[in-house]
Amino acid sequence: MTVVGRKRRLGTHLREIWAFRELLAGLIRKELKVRYKNSILGFVWSMIQPVFLLVVYNIVFSILGEAFDRFPIWLLCGLVMWTFISTSFTTSVQSITANAYLVSKVRFPRAILPLSTVGAAAVHLALQMGAFAIVLVGFRHPVDWAYMWLLVPAIVTAIIFCAAGAVFLSALNVKARDTQHLLEILLLGWFWLTPMLYTWQRSASWLEGKGITTAIILINPITSVVITFQRAIYGVDTVVITGKAGPVAQQVLPNAEQLWYLRNLGIIALVSAILFGFALNYFDKAEANFAEDL
Amino acid sequence: MSTRNAIEIDNISKTFHLATDPTHSLKERMLRLGRKGTEDFRALRPLSVDITEGSTVGILGHNGSGKSTLLKCIAGILAPTTGEVRLRGRLASLLELGAGFHPELTGRENVYINASFLGISRKEIAKKFDDIVEFAELAQFIDEPVKHYSSGMYVRLGFAVAVNLDPDILLVDEVLAVGDEVFQLKCINRVKQFQREGRTIVFVTHAADTVREICDRALVLDHGELVADGAPGESIRIFREHLHGHLDDKSAFVPTTESLARISAVAIRHPGTAAGKSYMNSGDPLTITVSYETKAPINDALLELELLDTKGRLVFKTDTDRIGHPLGRLNGVGTIEFTAPSVPLLDGDYPLSIRLSDREHGHMLDIREGQHRLAVVSHDKASGLVSLQLSVNVTRE
Repeated sequence: MTVVGRKRRLGTHLREIWAFRELLAGLIRKELKVRYKNSILGFVWSMIQPVFLLVVYNIVFSILGEAFDRFPIWLLCGLVMWTFISTSFTTSVQSITANAYLVSKVRFPRAILPLSTVGAAAVHLALQMGAFAIVLVGFRHPVDWAYMWLLVPAIVTAIIFCAAGAVFLSALNVKARDTQHLLEILLLGWFWLTPMLYTWQRSASWLEGKGITTAIILINPITSVVITFQRAIYGVDTVVITGKAGPVAQQVLPNAEQLWYLRNLGIIALVSAILFGFALNYFDKAEANFAEDL
Repeated sequence: MSTRNAIEIDNISKTFHLATDPTHSLKERMLRLGRKGTEDFRALRPLSVDITEGSTVGILGHNGSGKSTLLKCIAGILAPTTGEVRLRGRLASLLELGAGFHPELTGRENVYINASFLGISRKEIAKKFDDIVEFAELAQFIDEPVKHYSSGMYVRLGFAVAVNLDPDILLVDEVLAVGDEVFQLKCINRVKQFQREGRTIVFVTHAADTVREICDRALVLDHGELVADGAPGESIRIFREHLHGHLDDKSAFVPTTESLARISAVAIRHPGTAAGKSYMNSGDPLTITVSYETKAPINDALLELELLDTKGRLVFKTDTDRIGHPLGRLNGVGTIEFTAPSVPLLDGDYPLSIRLSDREHGHMLDIREGQHRLAVVSHDKASGLVSLQLSVNVTRE
């Protein structure tokens, strides 16, 4: 017999979510359909935001004299990933509160709701990656095939990380609606503290100048994902900058093997998976009061 | 009938912590720190009930009696404060008209999503899809966004999904009262077919008639306590007694706090009232004035009137639609007046129930269940309910 009203063990909770995977797929479809209902451009909108940012940042960094060879490609590596992560977080935080009509009327594992927003963001990511690939082919950009396979663990890591955040934040937001506002501010800071617009090497030398270990950059879980994208797609760790004193080779990424990237991603994936477990447990406890708190 | 339990309600209770004013922000929480900002409201006292497979159980109770809370605990939407509910088989619940429908999606898309809330695969739904559409009588509209549906179409589709996906247990909350009469009949027939197939049905209602018609067991809740559990006839009697008990105790009537409108007053006038008498004479004209008050506009309101006799039998029942005067939109305060040129009842004390509902969403907004009475005095020596004012004309050959 099914027991209603008892706290779930983590395994039971995961099994329940798995049993409702078709609902997850259905809600992802719904999310995408509803978002672009009555809009002429539809999915194209999901491309417009990163492209717009790309143009603006490219102009700004050219003015500052910080842009280097094929800078737009460099920017896209970071922006595509960042769009996925920030969309996952900002949509998932409201996934329970915005679906109050479902939560208080229908029974299902509610963790499906935040997970479906991450799923919808992942679909967008796939589309953007497709568009990105077309751009790369169009410009005949030389990617580094030796690092290309690392994109798979990088995307998987990002998804686990976002899922953990989504589950936790959506439940927290039911208790205190401040969460969504606080998150907006945090994401803004997070964006600038991730080496996307500037290079890894820049932040590393800045830290070295202060006598701080560069390993601290890796505490930001998004960094590992973003630099993997940059290494594989941008394709080199050293660029040649033509300044007043002639061409100078400048390092942009750590001079590291594939395994270094894989190790970093592995650690983050593992920590995220553990956090996902904690998040689900927190969610399970909070879920009991959702119907009342909404 | 099998003797296995489909539902085991084991020592379930529910206490709501009603915030004196709800806090959803950190600031308010900080300001309140150390102070107890909540009041406990015991919606459901500990109760244990086993429901065997294949039985049809009605849950009766006035507003605020905890019957919907109990249903939501069974459905797994609310977590009980103590105890647990064990279920055998797949459960489908119809707690509100088209609960879980997204207005922007088409009927077809909503059917798929709605069914997957029950954990049913797309393949299985695809097989049942035509049956669902046929039952709902929505073939032409199935690819329209449901925001264009009428309330009747909503309830039809919601009910069609729930009953066509072979649930072992079906929970229904008051929704059936909303559809049109033809569809209601269809639903009741479907419920009866369910019974024959040995499925379990639990439904919450105000309508004692329906309980008598289809249930083989009825529970009565009063202030969160189980006061009766037995054959429908007996339970209905106890239900009515409890309601009458509340007549003297006005504070006992608890309208649900979330209700968007309420009946603020009911006035009964007949020639007797002018003379200061509490009773009316048979054949007198009658005016019933119902005052209402809304917190938000109600787009499709319905006012029902029901007159019973002291034994709880239905004497007369109608509503504003059946009278041919649909209420439409109610907003703010106002009154609705019913007038009868003559009330041909025989001697007796007739409890009067008045219900206000929102047909758009299928909510019962407020109910005055037997709180008012018509005391009729008749000089007719006949017995029964109605005075036919017969005259006699004898011809002898």
